[in-house]
Amino acid sequence: MSDLDPAFHDHAGRPIVVVTGIGLVTPLGFGTEANWAALLAGTSGIRRITRFPTAHLRTTIAGTVDLPEEADGPMLTSSERVGRMASLAAEEALAQAGLGATGGFPGPLMLGMPPVEVEWPHRFDLASRVEGEPRYKALTEAATGLESLFGTACFGGVGERLAQRFGTLGAPIAITTACATGASAIQLGVEAIQRGETEAAIAIGADGTVQPEALIRFSLLSALSTRNDDPARAPRPFEKTRDGFIMSEGAACLVLESLAHARARGAVVLGRVRGCGEKSDSFHRTRSNPDGGAIIKAMRNAIADAGLTPADISYVNAHGTSTPENDKMETLGLRAVFGEQVPPISSNKSMIGHTLSASGAIEAAFSLLTLRDQMLPPTINHVEPDPAIGLDVVPNFSRVAKVTNVLSNSFGFGGQNVCLVLSGETV
Amino acid sequence: MPHEVWITGLGLVSALGEGRAAHRAAFAAGTPSPLDAVSHAPFALHPAPVLELDRQIPKKGDQRQMEPWQRLGTYAAGLALDDAGARALAPEMDLIVAAGGGERDLALDEAVLTALAPLPPAEAALRLNEMLANGLRPTLFLAQLSNLLAGNISIVHGVTGASRTFMGEEQAGADAVRVAAARVAEGRSPAALVGGAFAAARWDVLLLYHSGGLLRRGASFAPVFARGNAPGAIPGTLAAFLVLESADLARGRGARGLARIEGMACEQARRDGTDTSLAAARRAAARLDLPDGPLVVISGATGMAGPAGAESAFLAGLDRAITLRAAGNRFGWGVEASFPASLAMAALALSDAKLPAPLDATEAPFEGAPEKILVTGFGAWRGEALALLGRIPEEAQP
Repeated sequence: MSDLDPAFHDHAGRPIVVVTGIGLVTPLGFGTEANWAALLAGTSGIRRITRFPTAHLRTTIAGTVDLPEEADGPMLTSSERVGRMASLAAEEALAQAGLGATGGFPGPLMLGMPPVEVEWPHRFDLASRVEGEPRYKALTEAATGLESLFGTACFGGVGERLAQRFGTLGAPIAITTACATGASAIQLGVEAIQRGETEAAIAIGADGTVQPEALIRFSLLSALSTRNDDPARAPRPFEKTRDGFIMSEGAACLVLESLAHARARGAVVLGRVRGCGEKSDSFHRTRSNPDGGAIIKAMRNAIADAGLTPADISYVNAHGTSTPENDKMETLGLRAVFGEQVPPISSNKSMIGHTLSASGAIEAAFSLLTLRDQMLPPTINHVEPDPAIGLDVVPNFSRVAKVTNVLSNSFGFGGQNVCLVLSGETV
Repeated sequence: MPHEVWITGLGLVSALGEGRAAHRAAFAAGTPSPLDAVSHAPFALHPAPVLELDRQIPKKGDQRQMEPWQRLGTYAAGLALDDAGARALAPEMDLIVAAGGGERDLALDEAVLTALAPLPPAEAALRLNEMLANGLRPTLFLAQLSNLLAGNISIVHGVTGASRTFMGEEQAGADAVRVAAARVAEGRSPAALVGGAFAAARWDVLLLYHSGGLLRRGASFAPVFARGNAPGAIPGTLAAFLVLESADLARGRGARGLARIEGMACEQARRDGTDTSLAAARRAAARLDLPDGPLVVISGATGMAGPAGAESAFLAGLDRAITLRAAGNRFGWGVEASFPASLAMAALALSDAKLPAPLDATEAPFEGAPEKILVTGFGAWRGEALALLGRIPEEAQP
């Protein structure tokens, strides 16, 4: 086939990038179909934390994923949880794609994940090996020869193990752009295929940092909801009484391929990543510029990269964290991009909470399922509309709709904003 | 490649000093880098130079929002923008950072362990929540979060194009440059600011790297290819940022290039018996258009014995005269900053038409002007990266 074959290239002459496998792990469960059914039913995955004591914590609820290997033993560290959930999502996606299931995937791994580090269980273990004061110098000596600790806590470790497991090519890339991480991982894979570096890539977003120190750190930023008495009703994106986000865990994996590669091997195409846009903000470490400039530009960049106009977007999978600030700014941005014609929007985080480094990938996966089934998932817990929002947030119940192109928003702390346009039929 | 990619500026901070002039002088003199064998004994390290932070991070409020690693990187990023005269490009420039992070409040960690390590685990877990809730500073989270080096560079220097933060020790530094160069080459982005930073004098990172057996024990320096019975890396505080841009953009704005990027390739051997570092490096080399004849190599060798052996075998297998200069002999091991710093050293050598003076017997004298330089990065734990840089002919310069 010719490089210029219009059936396989987009408006910019780049190879069309499609998705042929999806894998999902969220607080709603394991597996794509179970997750999607629960999401359409408006199920909440938020509950009281039972994995560790919550005394002295301002927020005691989260969207935790209970891994089978934790049932009878100690909780895994964040790095191990991230790797385990990423692996589960990848297994499902590769099986669906029918590609690389034998441990030899014909492309690179793009892994969106949180920064990992030596954690408290490790530190307590090291301290137990120290005679005398547990100072860092003594702890360091006690770490002599603990290569497994290094493999767990170094930045390259999670990706290395996944690359080994799935036999991806080249060096795995681990990326973090805060709450936009999962979308950034997809974008890296899409760009590598568009450049012709590869015909296929695995993109994963994974997070598993529900542990005491991380909860306290987010609490100190006043970012978390404290509606501890009623966990399922705590995340309220775009609702008047919203008071913060809920930390959650999960992973999503997309198998990305050039359309030509997918067609040539007879793969079922699940949807298309049609455009990616990003724009960073220089205003503040945790807040958007009040003019919304960067998030507006990120949305416009994604729509333009897809070769579309705002009128072509049928639905927005919102970032919708449920913090007063984000939802206000996202509304402002949507109004700037879409004018009076803002399409329906909804926030998956009303049900699964904020899966942080995973959210961009999980929400891209749900966007593809939205396109497949022509069903908009709801924004639950919509009790009292916020007059300052005034958008169709698909309140409380899922809805049949004609969906052609979905805009999926991810806006991160640190001003890193990434938007994706996902589409259904490719021709 | 539709666009030729030039390095038009570098921001380099190491124990040797900051900027082109300080490094040029130190490279020419062949003097060893300062060594601090005391503060973190039994590990020696190359210490940070004294920086006047106000010169690149003018607002004290911004400085207070960062820990040393973020300040170091933000400072070096500003140096690179100034060196390239590229401040005006910042709003549309890509920013790709190879990040460390996780700078801990060491005093709090030690206080927690002292108080709680003797307790039964269930009681310790309860008290841990209390001590952290009362002890953690609200600003610390953002001050040490990996993607906030990029966030701070955006805030302080106004770089607001694509922003990506890669994690993964040395390989993250190599992939950051590879992806940044690829985006400029394909015309997706006009210019990129890319690099990393590493603050060596931190027990929390020394603990991690020592657990992996990556650090050389002892008070003395030895060249990276001659660490014999005391192998391992000597960490060095290091920050290296590069400004990359298309040759057309640089010529159009009258900016001279230091070097052009002729190819980059990153691989990662499993190093588990099924795949070797040597094989991975050969796969990477096959993707470069290496010139015939003698070759100048700037090596990113860390001092780890295994990767150094693989690199020696790889270079021997190129079957030609090799003139070697080891970046690690001058900077120490800068983890995420290592590969960008090696590229900066190569770019400076091509631009100055002069290689650094030899530091030991593995570094043969070289009097001529290098035309092309192969930069290697064999990671201490994982990763094999190669880049080929070339001299920009005078007639191609603006």
